[in-house]
Amino acid sequence: MIEFKLPALGSDMEEGKLLEWKAKPGDKVKRGDVVAVVDTSKAAVEVEIWEEGTMHEWIVQPGETVPIGAVLALLLAPGENPETAVRPEIAPVRPAAAPAPVAAPAAAAPAPGARRRISPAARKHAEDLGVNLDAVEGTGPGGAVTVEDIERAAKAAPPRRSAPPLLGEEGKAVQPTLDRAAEMRRAIALAMSRSKREIPHYYLSETISLARAAAWLEAENARRPMTGRLLMAVLTLRAVALACKACPDMNGHFRDGRFAPSAAVHAGVAISLRQGGLIAPGIHDVQAKSLSELMRNLADLVKRARAGSLRSSEMSDPTITVTNLGEGGVESVFGVIYPPQVAIVGFGTIARRPWVEDGEVRIAPAVVASLSADHRASDGHRGALFLAEIARLLQQPEKL
Amino acid sequence: MDALELRKTVVEELMRIAPELEEGELAGSRPLREQVDLDSMDWLNFLVALHERLKVEIPEADYAKLVRLDDIVAYLKSKQA
Repeated sequence: MIEFKLPALGSDMEEGKLLEWKAKPGDKVKRGDVVAVVDTSKAAVEVEIWEEGTMHEWIVQPGETVPIGAVLALLLAPGENPETAVRPEIAPVRPAAAPAPVAAPAAAAPAPGARRRISPAARKHAEDLGVNLDAVEGTGPGGAVTVEDIERAAKAAPPRRSAPPLLGEEGKAVQPTLDRAAEMRRAIALAMSRSKREIPHYYLSETISLARAAAWLEAENARRPMTGRLLMAVLTLRAVALACKACPDMNGHFRDGRFAPSAAVHAGVAISLRQGGLIAPGIHDVQAKSLSELMRNLADLVKRARAGSLRSSEMSDPTITVTNLGEGGVESVFGVIYPPQVAIVGFGTIARRPWVEDGEVRIAPAVVASLSADHRASDGHRGALFLAEIARLLQQPEKL
Repeated sequence: MDALELRKTVVEELMRIAPELEEGELAGSRPLREQVDLDSMDWLNFLVALHERLKVEIPEADYAKLVRLDDIVAYLKSKQA
């Protein structure tokens, strides 16, 4: 049998809540099919499967929160018979990282982690009321937890909070909330703290003239219909991807003490969300796509990121990240690397600057491109070549 | 479409892009991008939405004319005439 597990949907995720199954037992699935929708603290993500098979049994039910790696469902491999297939042992599902309630009636709690009989309605009810299921005594058939049990427990115990306390200024715990913004803040804090703790960053920057790129873009957009218009962000994204081919030590993942370069460039794009927070889903195979295709992909990605509807592969496999903070008017941005990636390229605002070329001073639109890179995977010299390659590519926009 | 209707349409499309916006907060005489957090992707989406709704072409060269809400309404009015 195939175990379908909850993947890591970004380096800042620890657990996920199953929202919905997209394949029911008996349904055939193939590689790349969306089989479930999982809520991380950032977005509802459509989780794809990367094996072919037939959905056999749901292990986790909608509404349950489980840690990364938990088995969500079992599938039959092609040709496998449900009667004879060996069902793997599955560790009992535990609520992931739920802090113990302050005043749980401990005597009533069963052994932690034991698989209990809880009706979906009771489970839903427990969640709505913030009741810790481990602390509820079941009075239904076979010790099953019923809706009435949940209501009794809700009256007896204070509600469980889903996020551990956040530290405010001066280290004082602030009132925890179930607020999505707070959850996202916490997720970002975890990933970025891990990055700064584990990754020896080095930083480089270079000011690049966009005179040629801007002139080319203006002429190109004047020719295109409005709906096919390109943004400078697409040109810079493409330049980064092509530069990765010349400098492969910027593109890939650092795992288990070594760097594994990636042939494909899946570029994560930092997208700020209107309600606050940040998400960096990836565009696949940027090295192999035309500018028009990238523009469509980027527009679609921004739209879906803001609507909270992303796919698992977009969240889990970016090989490098690009951030455009220039919109806010800042001159430059030095990003924090998303582990397990090894580089993040930042572009500041595009501004008209004095520019010396052929011994003359001209006014040219220019941008500060920056690189934060992982010193375990590359050195400053390689990083400098990488930035120089991005600059060179942007001088030949027609070839992008 | 008269100026009032045009303004209503523009604000509607703007609020589709920036749902956090409240109509009463918008001053027609102040630069729009000082009042609403619009990046270049939002801006393009906003103009494309107006283009599709009003069947108006808005060349990039005209972006410089579209600073305040009042400017945008006047521009669209002139294009429709």
